[in-house]
Amino acid sequence: MDKTENNRAWLLVIPVLLVVAFSAIIPLMTVVNFSVQDIFGPGERVWVGTEWFEEVLADTRLHDALWRQFLFSGLVLLIEIPLGVMIALAMPREGWSVSLVLVVLALPLLIPWNVIGTIWIIFTRPDIGLMGNTINRLGLGFDHTASPLDAWVTLMLMEVWHWTPLVALLAYAGLKAIPDAYFQAAQIDGASRWAVFRYIQLPKMRGVLTIAILLRFMDSFLIYAEPFVLTGGGPGNATTFLSIYLVKIAVGQFDLGPAAAFSIIYFLIVLLFSWIFYQVLQNVGRGRA
Amino acid sequence: MRARPATVGLILYLLLLLLPIYWMVNMSLRTNADILTSFQLVPTDPTFANYLKIFTDASWYSGYVNSIIYVTMNTVISLTVALPAAYAFSRYRFLGDKHLFFWLLTNRMAPPAVFLLPFFQLYQTIGLIDTHIAVALAHCLFNVPLAVWVLEGFMSGVPREIDETAYLDGYSFPRFFFTVFMPLIKTGIGVTAFFCFMFSWVELLMARTLTTTNAKPIAAVMTRTVSATGLDWGLLAAAGVLTIVPGALVIWFVRNYMAKGFALGRV
Repeated sequence: MDKTENNRAWLLVIPVLLVVAFSAIIPLMTVVNFSVQDIFGPGERVWVGTEWFEEVLADTRLHDALWRQFLFSGLVLLIEIPLGVMIALAMPREGWSVSLVLVVLALPLLIPWNVIGTIWIIFTRPDIGLMGNTINRLGLGFDHTASPLDAWVTLMLMEVWHWTPLVALLAYAGLKAIPDAYFQAAQIDGASRWAVFRYIQLPKMRGVLTIAILLRFMDSFLIYAEPFVLTGGGPGNATTFLSIYLVKIAVGQFDLGPAAAFSIIYFLIVLLFSWIFYQVLQNVGRGRA
Repeated sequence: MRARPATVGLILYLLLLLLPIYWMVNMSLRTNADILTSFQLVPTDPTFANYLKIFTDASWYSGYVNSIIYVTMNTVISLTVALPAAYAFSRYRFLGDKHLFFWLLTNRMAPPAVFLLPFFQLYQTIGLIDTHIAVALAHCLFNVPLAVWVLEGFMSGVPREIDETAYLDGYSFPRFFFTVFMPLIKTGIGVTAFFCFMFSWVELLMARTLTTTNAKPIAAVMTRTVSATGLDWGLLAAAGVLTIVPGALVIWFVRNYMAKGFALGRV
């Protein structure tokens, strides 16, 4: 497993470096520039230091959006990861039905994000939507454009519908990779269904679940298109997540300085949490193996 | 080992999953007036008028063509640059390798909204606004790191002895890489291509920002038309259904690759 020390490997990495640096570093530097200057027009700019950062850090609406975002991502992880694992456990391991299940599962992942929003508008609208109309016929008064709770429920449903298949596919791949010998040994030992899951399947899924948790955290924390289409951040500010608020500042009010400062803080939060998740998941695996 | 309740649960879940998609298909087969006046579980008078309009109106179908062009470009570019890099990460230790790998991953964590304005300025400066290649390059920001990550996992699953044997047999690096190594990881390449296709196809924000008319993606065509003409639910639904079709075709081709080899793309 030991890798050879070879600094010429850099030559193989250079193409990636160039392509990503072009799209990542130049725009990032532009954002940094915006965040420390007040720009009136071409060539007219004033150094403002940390003023924008102080301004956005004191913004209470930003704090609200941040907590909302944490709540959202937390719920997403709490629901989607166990549900995805359960689906993967229930999936057939061989036969014609495997292809069918895989294709159906992957469908929501391949729909453009704003179309996801469109689908759910059509599905949940109280007048023409299957779900909205049915619930209202039961007399529950469901309307995601008026009630914050209904908006959240709709968004969570949409999010779970959209992304749980990714978790399920990853978990399924992890399960398929476990050699049959493990299960035979467990059977000889008379291990319970739970013991098989807890001591064989779960540890073996650590790698794929790390990917799943990281991807789901990042993407749910950065969510924009779906809530923007479905609720537009409303009713009121009930579903104004960080990205939606950010675009409101940058494009709506054209406050580039605060928007840039906010962007950098946002980026750092995602970075920090992804790093923590990664470290924790790595160590959990090592301690148990 | 196959428990009955689990199978029933799975079937139930899959049906629920298909329900919103079914509803959109249902809407797409009805006229707007029909949708707004009556509630029907199954269209009583199905019509293909909405699809016909999309297929005959250039401002609609060119959106699909544009999307497919830049998604293909992006997939090719991402795989081309990611393959050698993933090999380097899976086989060698080199100065700063861990930092570099993590930095690549951080690019998936940047809020896309952050990059909109700087991207627009950058591509305007180099004169690439409203071209397919601009969107393809922009999507490399998140697809290349992902491709490196997944491919590295697959490559690490190939025993190093194969490399060493090939070199002892006198293979040059390019010859080894193309004739021996790539066939070994073709599953991984298939899965990676699928990932690149998927994330580029579904991304809208950057694609919309970097294009105005000539390279406008279908997803953006949809939003524009909706705001300009009021809501034609039937037409919107038909356009939505058509955005699912390319993805459904691609997934059909890689389904066995995914099932067989997903787990090799490990952390």
